[in-house]
Amino acid sequence: MSTVENTLALPAARRGPLRRASDLLYTRRNLLLLALLAPPLLWFGVVYLGSLFALLANSFFRLDDFTGQVVREVGFTNFVALLDGANLDAARRTVGMAIAVTLACTVLAFPLAYTMARHAQGWTKALLYIAVMLPLWSSYLVRLYAWKLLLAKEGAISWLAAQLHLTWLLEAVLATPVIGGPSLSFSTLGTFVVFVYMWLPFMVLPVMASIERIPSSTLEASADLGAGPSTTLRKVILPLAMPGIAAGSIFTFSLTLGDYIIPQVIGDSTLYIGQVVYRQQGVAGNIPFAAAFSLVPIVVIGVYLWLAKKKGAFDAL
Amino acid sequence: MTAAVTLDGVSCTFGHGAGAVRAVEHVDLTIEAGEFFTLLGPSGSGKTTVLRMIGGFTLPTAGRVLIGGADMSHEPPYARPVNTVFQDYALFPHMTIRENVAYPLMVRKVDRRLREQRAEELLALVQLPGVGDRRPAQLSGGQRQRVALARALIGQPQVLLLDEPLGALDLKLREQMQSELKALQRRVGITFLFITHDQHEALSMSDRIGIFNAGRLEQVGTPAAVYEAPATRFVAHFVGAANVLEGDAARRLTGHAQAMLRPERITLGAMSGARTSGTVAEVQYFGAFTRVKVDAAGARVQADLPAGRGFTPPEPGATVHLHWDDGAVHALAGAAA
Repeated sequence: MSTVENTLALPAARRGPLRRASDLLYTRRNLLLLALLAPPLLWFGVVYLGSLFALLANSFFRLDDFTGQVVREVGFTNFVALLDGANLDAARRTVGMAIAVTLACTVLAFPLAYTMARHAQGWTKALLYIAVMLPLWSSYLVRLYAWKLLLAKEGAISWLAAQLHLTWLLEAVLATPVIGGPSLSFSTLGTFVVFVYMWLPFMVLPVMASIERIPSSTLEASADLGAGPSTTLRKVILPLAMPGIAAGSIFTFSLTLGDYIIPQVIGDSTLYIGQVVYRQQGVAGNIPFAAAFSLVPIVVIGVYLWLAKKKGAFDAL
Repeated sequence: MTAAVTLDGVSCTFGHGAGAVRAVEHVDLTIEAGEFFTLLGPSGSGKTTVLRMIGGFTLPTAGRVLIGGADMSHEPPYARPVNTVFQDYALFPHMTIRENVAYPLMVRKVDRRLREQRAEELLALVQLPGVGDRRPAQLSGGQRQRVALARALIGQPQVLLLDEPLGALDLKLREQMQSELKALQRRVGITFLFITHDQHEALSMSDRIGIFNAGRLEQVGTPAAVYEAPATRFVAHFVGAANVLEGDAARRLTGHAQAMLRPERITLGAMSGARTSGTVAEVQYFGAFTRVKVDAAGARVQADLPAGRGFTPPEPGATVHLHWDDGAVHALAGAAA
C-alpha cells in the first residue's frame, strides 16, 4: 500500500491584530456579549428610560399661573386636575376609541391573516402582502387627508351612497348620537374608520406570523380526531394565534392612545389624550400637566398587558 | 367480516399538465380487520400518500377508498372512523397532556369528568400515568409519541394509521416501542396500518407487509413470504440484504435467468462440493456476523458469516469456496434488464 502524498500545502495561519481581536472575543464570551449589548443598552438606558423618568419627574411639578414658570416642588396638583370633568372625559373617550379600534382591527385582520398564512401561495400571497404593506410606504399625512376627502360631505362615499340610493342610510347613521355628526369627516365614526384603516397592517402582520407558525399537522390532527372546521378554529387556531393577536392589539391600542393628528383632522373636534397633551405643552406651556397626562396611556397599557397575561394570551408563546 | 380498509384502483396525482407528479398509481389493496399491516417503501414511494388518502387529508384523483365497507373516498377527515399518529406527533402545544388525550371526547361533547377519567385510563395503557397536568413541551420524544398514541386510541377508531411514528426515536427506544406497539395492538384489537421505511421494523411487527416503489404496490404478503420469496428485484433488494444474480452468472450458478440468494444462506467450506470459488474482495465486521464480499463467476457475491467460537474471517485476497442449499436460491420473475 502506498501512502497518499499531501500535495496541497495550506499556508500557515496569519496572526495579525484582527485575528488577535477575534481570538480574544472568541475565548472571552462575556466580552463579546458586552460589545454587542453596550450600544442598545446605552440607547435604552440613557435616552429612552432617561427621558421617561424626566417625564415622570416633571409630572410631580407644577406651573406657576402668574409667572408661567415651572415650580420644582413635588406635589399632586396635576393628578388631581386629571380627575377634572373635561380631562377625564378625554381619557375615557380615548380609551373607548382604542378598545373599539382594536376589536375592529382584530375582526378584520384575522380572516385576511389566515388566508395569507394558510391558503395564499406564490403571486397571490405576494399581492396580498403588498396590499397590506403598501399604505405604510406613503406618508401618513397624505393618507389622512385623502380620507378627509373621501369622508367629506361632497366626497366619494356620499356620492356612492347617492348613486346606490342609500343616502337615507348614511343620514340615519350620521343622526345616531355619539358616533354621528354633520358629515362623516366630522363624526366620531369617521375618526374610528380612519384609525382602523391606519393601524390594520399592525394587526395583520403579527396575526399572520402566529398562524403561519402552526404546523399543518396540528390542524390535520384536530380534523383527524373528529373536530369540524369551527371546533378547530375555536379550540386550536384561535388559542395558537392568541400571542399574535395580543401583539397586534398592543400596537393598535397604544397607537390609538397616543395619536393626536387623526382626531385633529377628522372628527367632531372633541379632544383625545394626545391632543390635550399637545395643547398643554405647546400652547399653554404647562409641561408638568402634559407629563402627568402622558402617564395615562402608559398606565392603561400596563393594565392591558397585565390583563392579557392573566387571561393566558401569552401561554402559547 | 368486512375488510377494515379497501383501496379500489386508487391513484393520486399532484399538479396538472406537464408538471404533474403521479404519487400513487392504481393501487388495489385489502386490509383485514384486526390486522397489523405495514406499508414499507423508500421515501417518496407513495406510502404516506396512501395513508393520507385513508385518513382523508389527501383525496384520491381516481379510485375508491372504503373503510369498514363504506365508501369514504371524498369524506372529510372528521367524518372517518380512523385516527392517525402523526410523524411529528402533532400534539396541541397549548393544552395539557390530559386535554390532548381527551380532545376527541371533548369534540364529541362527552362529560368532562368521564373524559378525564378515560384520558387517565389511556395514559395508563400507554404506560405514561401521572403526566396529565404537564404540557407537551415538557415531555421527551418517546413520551410525546405515547401521548399521540393514547390520543389516537381514545376515540376507538376502526383503523389506527401510524405515519413513521418511531422515526424520530433513538435505536433502543425504538426497539422497545416496536414490541410495545405490537403488544398494544393485540390487546386493543384495532386494525393498525403502519408506515415505515425500515425493513427490520416491518418484518418484526407486521402480520402482512405491502411494499411500495415509485407509487406502485410491488408485493403484498406475510413477512416470511416477502423475505423468502420476493416477487420482484426491487423487493429482494429492499427487504433484507440480497445477492441478485443475472445473466451468465445466474445461469451458471443457479440455472435461472435471474435469481436471488440471501447472504446468510451462504457458507464457506472445502473445495469439493463447492458451488463456486472466488477471491475475497472485502471484509466488513458487524459484530453478530461478518460480511464477506467474494468475486466469483463474474459476479460479486456477499456472504454473511455468523460469529462464533473459533471463527476467523478470511483475509481480502484469499481464495474461498462457497456452499449453499438448493432451497436457498429463489428465482425472480422477469428477464434481466
